[in-house]
Amino acid sequence: MARSPTTTRFAAGSLKLDQALQLLRQAGHEPPAGEPGSAAWLQSLVDSLVDVSSRDALTGLANRRSFELALAREIDRVARAGEPALLLALDIDHFKKVNDTYGHASGDLVLKAVAKALLECVRPMDLVARVGGEEFAIVMPNCAPAFGQAVAERVRRRVEAMPVALTRSRQLQVSVSIGGAFAPQWVRSSPALWIERADQQLYRAKAEGRNRVCLEPSAVSVVSAEEKALLFGISQLQDIE
Amino acid sequence: MSAAPGRSSTARTAPKPRAAAKAPAASRARITAVTSGKGGVGKTFVSCNLAAALARQGRRVLVLDADLGLANLDVMLNLAPKITLHDVFTGKSTLRDAILPAPGGFDALLAGSGMVEYSRMTPEVREQLLAVIAQVAPRYDHVILDTGAGISDVVLYAVSLADEVLVVATPEPTSMTDAYATIKVLASTQSRNRVLLVVNQTRRQGEGRAVAAQLQQVVDRFVNPALAAPVRLELLGQVPLDIAVRDSVAHRQLLLESLPGCAAAQAVAAVAARLLD
Repeated sequence: MARSPTTTRFAAGSLKLDQALQLLRQAGHEPPAGEPGSAAWLQSLVDSLVDVSSRDALTGLANRRSFELALAREIDRVARAGEPALLLALDIDHFKKVNDTYGHASGDLVLKAVAKALLECVRPMDLVARVGGEEFAIVMPNCAPAFGQAVAERVRRRVEAMPVALTRSRQLQVSVSIGGAFAPQWVRSSPALWIERADQQLYRAKAEGRNRVCLEPSAVSVVSAEEKALLFGISQLQDIE
Repeated sequence: MSAAPGRSSTARTAPKPRAAAKAPAASRARITAVTSGKGGVGKTFVSCNLAAALARQGRRVLVLDADLGLANLDVMLNLAPKITLHDVFTGKSTLRDAILPAPGGFDALLAGSGMVEYSRMTPEVREQLLAVIAQVAPRYDHVILDTGAGISDVVLYAVSLADEVLVVATPEPTSMTDAYATIKVLASTQSRNRVLLVVNQTRRQGEGRAVAAQLQQVVDRFVNPALAAPVRLELLGQVPLDIAVRDSVAHRQLLLESLPGCAAAQAVAAVAARLLD
């Protein structure tokens, strides 16, 4: 088919379509569908570019940019509808040692394997992102505080139970530390604050020995017997014993 | 006990210093939420009299009845509002018409009893409450949110709108337990690390400090270890158990108006002074 004048103009102009098509090819995308230069073709091209620019190149997970967008959306939903939402911050334990011992190619294999494991144990509505070197995050909309610990624990165990094949003869077992925080319901918070709260719990999980889950304590209004004892000074009696 | 003779005359002769408001330092009111966990410990009493004390210091003060489900600010202030927050929410009235001058030289925005449909915090109620506060905040120096009892989502939401939270507790074990539960929830859900405390109905000097220390001790042991920034309780003062309080409430008079010289009134005035420190 002869090229339409439009295509020629786009191709020759400042739209850098060649570069875009090359980028998509490199990212493993199909070439845009439809007649080159047509509106449908351009839309398909833009869609593919959007997809590429919101994914992490190595793991295929959402990248930091789309993670932050998703977080802002979720903050809004939580503030408006009061739905509970959980943010998990994950970090591969001793990842630097993997890189130093087995090389960066092996490190990449570990990152990909962990990404796959994370994707396999969440709901379709959850967003799994790679937000930094060996740091991942999961945004879980509509996740009630009562289930938080179980959900995060399932993720931790899934990674722990999955050996990564570095070579045909060498397998490596990795683990993740997980910190989590619920978005404050009804309150318009900020993505930065939410991330910070989840990160604090991640530091706690690391400090407490790694390969564990630490969730920010959620609102518990029950006052335990121990708390009451201290509140009313009954603790002195126990001291005498 | 019947009211002592001459009490009402005191009320009449007491000057009403509606001092011209000083030029506000900030362009938006400081918002203080008053809450308690347990009911009947004097939340509304503290809110109103604190408002009157602040008004005496020349501040423009609004008390907003944030106890949407079971409001009783109108009872306390002896006001029979024709227009309430409900009318504002339903668009039947403007906010300006719903704001009433109260006896203590401050303004009041009443919820009206039986706004039962607002006892659950639906997104609509939230947006309406938020809109009301956004509108009144620039017009006052101080807005006091008198919340309901308990730790419901309405109470938590009202507190979340405030710059600071003031917890009213009495030395009773039940009140202390509920105050502690409230502080715990606020610390974990709203990252509040400064909580103001007024201990009401104290029977001896130093009891307020003892209650505050006891609460702080339990918070330090059970709440603070899990927090990034520890919760500090700040005792604003204690208000002694005073028969004058019961009488003023029974006669639906503001204590600071009817008996400004009594021990409880002076204690509330001291609380206001500390709040402004």
